[in-house]
Amino acid sequence: MQLHGLSAHELAHGLAAREFSAREVVEDHLSHIKAVEDGVQAFLLTTPETACAEADAVDQARAAGEDLPPLAGVPVAHKDLFCTRGVRTTCGSRILEDFVPPYDATVVARCREARLPVLGKTNMDEFAMGSSTENSAFQVTGNPWDLERVPGGSSGGSAAAVAAGEAPFALGTDTGGSIRQPASLCGIVGMKPTYGRVSRYGVVAYASSLDQVGPFARNVTDCALLLGTIAGHDTMDATSVTDAPPDYVAEMRRGVDGLRAGLPKELFGEGIDPAVKSTILAAVDKLANLGIEIEEVEMPHVDYSLPCYYIIAPAECSSNLARYDGVRYGHRTAEPVSDIYDLFSKSRAEGFGPEVRLRIMLGTYTLSAGYYDAYYVKALKVRTLIKSDFDRAFEKYDVLLSPTSPTTAFKIGEKADDPLEMKLADICTIPVNLAGLPGMSVPCGFVEGLPVGMQIIGKPFGEPEMLRVAYGYEQAMGWERRRAAL
Amino acid sequence: MPLQPTIGLEVHAELSTKSKMFCSCANEFGAPPDSHTCPVCLGLPGSLPVPNRQAVESVIRTGLALGCHVAERCRFARKNYFYPDLAKNFQISQYDEPLTHDGHIDLEGEGQPVRIRIRRAHLEEDTGKNIHLSDGHTLVEYNRCGVPLMEVVTEPDFRTAEHVREYLYTLRSILQYLGVSSADMEKGQMRCEPTINWIDPDTGERTPKVEIKNLNSIKSVYEAVKYELARQKRAAAMGEEELVQETRRWDEAKLVTATMRLKETADDYMYFPEPDLAPLAPEPEWIEEIRASLPELPRARAQRLVVDYGLPAYDAGVLTETRDLADYFEAVAAAVPDAKLASNWVMGDVRAWLNQEGGDISTLPLAPTALSELVSLVAAGTINNTTAKDVFAKMIAEGKGAQEIVEAEGLAQISDTGELERLVERAIADNPKIVEDYRGGKRKAIGALVGAVMKATRGQANAGLVNKLLKKKLG
Repeated sequence: MQLHGLSAHELAHGLAAREFSAREVVEDHLSHIKAVEDGVQAFLLTTPETACAEADAVDQARAAGEDLPPLAGVPVAHKDLFCTRGVRTTCGSRILEDFVPPYDATVVARCREARLPVLGKTNMDEFAMGSSTENSAFQVTGNPWDLERVPGGSSGGSAAAVAAGEAPFALGTDTGGSIRQPASLCGIVGMKPTYGRVSRYGVVAYASSLDQVGPFARNVTDCALLLGTIAGHDTMDATSVTDAPPDYVAEMRRGVDGLRAGLPKELFGEGIDPAVKSTILAAVDKLANLGIEIEEVEMPHVDYSLPCYYIIAPAECSSNLARYDGVRYGHRTAEPVSDIYDLFSKSRAEGFGPEVRLRIMLGTYTLSAGYYDAYYVKALKVRTLIKSDFDRAFEKYDVLLSPTSPTTAFKIGEKADDPLEMKLADICTIPVNLAGLPGMSVPCGFVEGLPVGMQIIGKPFGEPEMLRVAYGYEQAMGWERRRAAL
Repeated sequence: MPLQPTIGLEVHAELSTKSKMFCSCANEFGAPPDSHTCPVCLGLPGSLPVPNRQAVESVIRTGLALGCHVAERCRFARKNYFYPDLAKNFQISQYDEPLTHDGHIDLEGEGQPVRIRIRRAHLEEDTGKNIHLSDGHTLVEYNRCGVPLMEVVTEPDFRTAEHVREYLYTLRSILQYLGVSSADMEKGQMRCEPTINWIDPDTGERTPKVEIKNLNSIKSVYEAVKYELARQKRAAAMGEEELVQETRRWDEAKLVTATMRLKETADDYMYFPEPDLAPLAPEPEWIEEIRASLPELPRARAQRLVVDYGLPAYDAGVLTETRDLADYFEAVAAAVPDAKLASNWVMGDVRAWLNQEGGDISTLPLAPTALSELVSLVAAGTINNTTAKDVFAKMIAEGKGAQEIVEAEGLAQISDTGELERLVERAIADNPKIVEDYRGGKRKAIGALVGAVMKATRGQANAGLVNKLLKKKLG
């Protein structure tokens, strides 16, 4: 029985109805991974033994008539940025090549409590820095729609795994678009929740004030289900919010009637591929037909998002990544060293890849005395202005709509030598992180056989409204039924 | 106008909270190496800090006791530098927004009161400990890593080493009274780094600032400041040694400071607001609750002891050095007729025992009621001071009560005039030479006769009575 093409909620129903066992679900996914992984290379590590063991445990519990969580037995994949107790966690970096965490990230623990067998850890740009997953120190992941093309990044492994049917859903992180952009390029649903909605504890930090964990799925329902599994307060994360999350699936079904949407002019401007733009505008028309009131809106400060982000994120990253020094864990140089500082510097130079080194240097520079005010403090002010643009827009609208990525998936190697061009890939998604808002990408069509994603931006904790729009659109269009042929 | 010494102090105090600053590991001194560690205080990838409310409260308590303003909103900041004892290679501290600021401590200043302004008292985390082995290796021990640390910074208001010393004694006892820190410099629970230079108040000209490290007791701080002031003054006057901005290390053995590292440029710690922690905004009700719970502080208590018990100011100062000692004294004094006698005992024999044993009052195996029983026996004349000292030692050694020991061993003073008269007469008969001396005008010679009677009674005679009887007999 082919189970790997089924959605997470279909699998959950089938498991509950005992049409198949969790063991069968996991084994079918594992064999599909074996079949396609040579081309896709989404996983850095698979964990078949523990996945099968957990599936067996779920099957036994079900046979014994125990109460099980609704998704019990539905497998999941984790970005290799999440600490997994006893399972290697590399963050796509040589410096953590052999790092085995002694503890689980909160999101990993919540998936375990929900009884989701874990298929493995997925590839990513080193320390989540990149937009193509080409910055992984270990392998290049292919886009399931065209293996010559990138899956986007930094959570490219999770996106590709879900698009290729290797997992029904997966988790990633999004600091400047690292969930939404790969979701868009891989033709699936991806959501970055509101900052504080999901715990960051045990998620290796890139830029703490921007990082957020979120789900990838092939449809909106699965996205809502996985979001509901990981959302909620965590006493281990002082920035996680205390209010209980709503029932996202119930919210999602409330329909789109009476919702108002804004189209930020700035996110449809220069740099957006015309074919992508017209695909998005067609989707916007469809939403208008469904009864959503739509208007253009101006958000002048959004134009400064990219420079603002590239001050704040590297500054935080330079400090967050200081701990990788070869003293307690991770890569330590084998070269002779003259003193402890020589050990630090050689270990770090050998362990970090070029993009990470670049951002550490950038951040160290902007935090230095004499530059701090001119760069970091100014960037914080710009961030406040960007936030207030969004605040104003949300006085009028429930959601904002835009392209997720300015282009469809580009060729592997195409932008690897052009860091600026690569960074422009996140131009539509970065403002959302700066404002701490939720954003998601939903499939909305194809250009030359490659998927295009529409970004839906919500108010703080406006995930329900976003899901209503996404679900309404999905029901009307059915893009999720089109799958990458591998 | 002559140069004026200018000294400022940075004091770090480890807070005696149950758990560490940002995780739930125990904050306990002396546990096996690395036994109190977790992903958070080891700075493992993905770990996040959660602030300790008790530590925040401790700093607010201290700030309020020092007359500081408590910030309505403040922030933690990251201080970035690479060092192996710093698990994350940054320290979570506070920078431009301290939790409390602008207070003061008033010093007696040898009769000339001095006000030392407190610039700030803020909260941060301690580092681990580097242990340098003789084979050249260095081990890092992380139990201390993440222990809550309070930093109290003064304005450069000190003019003498004596002021510095008094300030440290005062601050230490305030912290102990507040129960926020044990503040023992010898144990590293309180650390002090003075910054010293000389300023010409007229021209504003100044010698380069020198910071001193490696000070492990209040006495070392005092000696080091005195030494450094003299060194700089001599250098400025004679020009034989060039003064530079630097950090100097106190050499405890040679009693000198020596260059540790030059500070040609200011250190750049690349401070920025800690993004993993929301700004701290202590609720006004909470601050008022803390204010209402502040204990009587040492200075106020000393003044009260003078008034309530009629003690000399010196006694009151010594007795209020620690809250426990003052509590102990008041408990003893409450149950005896003579408070000064109680003070003598606590300041004398009790403190002598503590010094000898190296413990604090909590280690004394003698409840206040036990000591007041002894003091009452002395006050009533049942035993004399010499006997009382022996009884005190026996009480500690045997754990028995004073009355019990006195009765069991028949130690009560001999105040029976008939018996004493016989002994006095014998002493006079046995010591004709001394009697002759006394009668010849050497009035002090009577002491030897008293001694003879005391010896004959194994110290139990009522010495006052013996004296009186001797004088009567000798005419």
